Amino acid sequence: MPAAYALIDCNNFYASCERVFRPELRGRPVVVLSNNDGCVIARSAEAKELGVGMGTPYFKCRTMLERQGVAVFSSNYALYGDLSARVMRVLGRFCPSVEIYSIDEAFADLSGVPGGAAAFSRRLRATVEAWTGIPVSIGLGPTKTLAKLANRFAKKQPRCRGVFDLAASPDPDRVLRWTDVGEVWGIGPRHAKRLRKLGVRTALDFRELKREWVRRKMTVTGLHTLLELRGLPCLDFASGPPSKKTIVSSRSFGHPVTRLEDLMEATAQYATRAAEKLRRQRSVAGHVLVHLETNRFRLGEPQYNNAAPVPLAVATAHTPDLIRAAQAGLKRIFRDGYAYKKCGVMLSGLESEDGRWLSLLDLPPDAHGRHAPLMRAVDACNSRWGRDTVKFAASGLNGTWRMRRELCSPRYTTAWEELLTVKAG
Amino acid sequence: MAVGALACARHRLPLAGEAVPAGFPSPAEEYLERPLDLNEYVAPRPEATFFVRVSGDSMIGAGIHHGDLLVVDRSQEPRPGNVVIALVDGEFTVKRLVREGEGLVLAPENEAYAPIALTPETEFSVWGVVRHVVHRV
Repeated sequence: MPAAYALIDCNNFYASCERVFRPELRGRPVVVLSNNDGCVIARSAEAKELGVGMGTPYFKCRTMLERQGVAVFSSNYALYGDLSARVMRVLGRFCPSVEIYSIDEAFADLSGVPGGAAAFSRRLRATVEAWTGIPVSIGLGPTKTLAKLANRFAKKQPRCRGVFDLAASPDPDRVLRWTDVGEVWGIGPRHAKRLRKLGVRTALDFRELKREWVRRKMTVTGLHTLLELRGLPCLDFASGPPSKKTIVSSRSFGHPVTRLEDLMEATAQYATRAAEKLRRQRSVAGHVLVHLETNRFRLGEPQYNNAAPVPLAVATAHTPDLIRAAQAGLKRIFRDGYAYKKCGVMLSGLESEDGRWLSLLDLPPDAHGRHAPLMRAVDACNSRWGRDTVKFAASGLNGTWRMRRELCSPRYTTAWEELLTVKAG
Repeated sequence: MAVGALACARHRLPLAGEAVPAGFPSPAEEYLERPLDLNEYVAPRPEATFFVRVSGDSMIGAGIHHGDLLVVDRSQEPRPGNVVIALVDGEFTVKRLVREGEGLVLAPENEAYAPIALTPETEFSVWGVVRHVVHRV
């Protein structure tokens, strides 16, 4: 049975989340702003078409967005996290094995599913959208890299209707020719630039390069990408280039784990590792997702998979905070009586350390240990945006420091007082 | 007119396999049972279950009052007879989906309100099927 990897990717995820409870926004341009309403971090297809750039500061495009009738939202990680966990859980329910790759993407191994991977994917796509309200695109290929490529094609070509199977295509090379070399999974912007200079412009050009050359110039990572494009799987589950949007730390256990205490320890370890990666790239995270699953291949054993989103009040890279959040999420989803195979921690809502918002009032009284980095961050904010952008509460509150989330949608799925209201009239 | 959320109803797997015991537990059984969890009862498919709040009294006859909490299941295929959250011309409303002759009607359960006939011109879809009402007494 040939391998059939699927990449399931939510379409314009944050914008789609806003639309689940605001269906009148379907077909209308939607953008989502970063913490503190700083800049554009997500765009619907319509907003992309209007030419709204990723990362554009809000103050620069505000007038234009208003004039064009774009719906603008502050980021609502409570909502996005919950809907992401729902999507992942639906995937986990129907697919033989799933690897959560980012807040809005997952790989699944669909080899041997009844009826064939493409037909299965169409049903899966319809189910995810019906159950969660989130539209997804699914790309299928014999390797993860090709599945990624197929997914982009599925998304951009309307006639695919959201599912594209590279292996079943009469001319798979056409898709590779259509894909810019910089869009290939694992080829970073630096390598892409170098390759273009040498006339290697598309995924197809890249695939035709000599192995030895690629190995020499782009190390083993580049070689893996090359072989994957040729249909030889080099990246199995839980391997591949890291996602730019998220940091994942998760692993399968050597033995089935049943006790909460053990899972708490593992979760703390994964949170610690993720926090290290986070600080290494000088970022902070606004959202933690914990996930937990049993071994699907043990037939006859009770199966359970779940994920808990934990939005953070303040984006942080502080390990104890992240551990606390991850463990709180784990406690919420842990159920006794199952043999767990895997758990993991994913950080998303990543922002640069300098750009984050500091809510001084949220700091607990025992925050002495954080003073040094806090001070560094305060100084960074103030030097970047002017004196007193961030200041101590003791020096007087005039509200200028308050987090700007004026355009935030309700937390429809996580706060009783913010539920959707339906009219019985 | 399109009835939305109609996908893949045949393709279901049980969540955990075991049924919730309903009778008096046998003392011979091992003490492995979990306490009853209301979530399992009202939301067997949590990933497809959403809560919404009711405003208005047009569904009093169905036991749905102003301010009640509705448990909405999006994994259910909507059928005539179901109480549904419908989207009519861009607005959410809760009504009973009723077959009338060849067509469908969104029927209130309060004589003070008129049913909404669904003509081919109506922009209509079902957002989810209401499975339970949580009413504070």
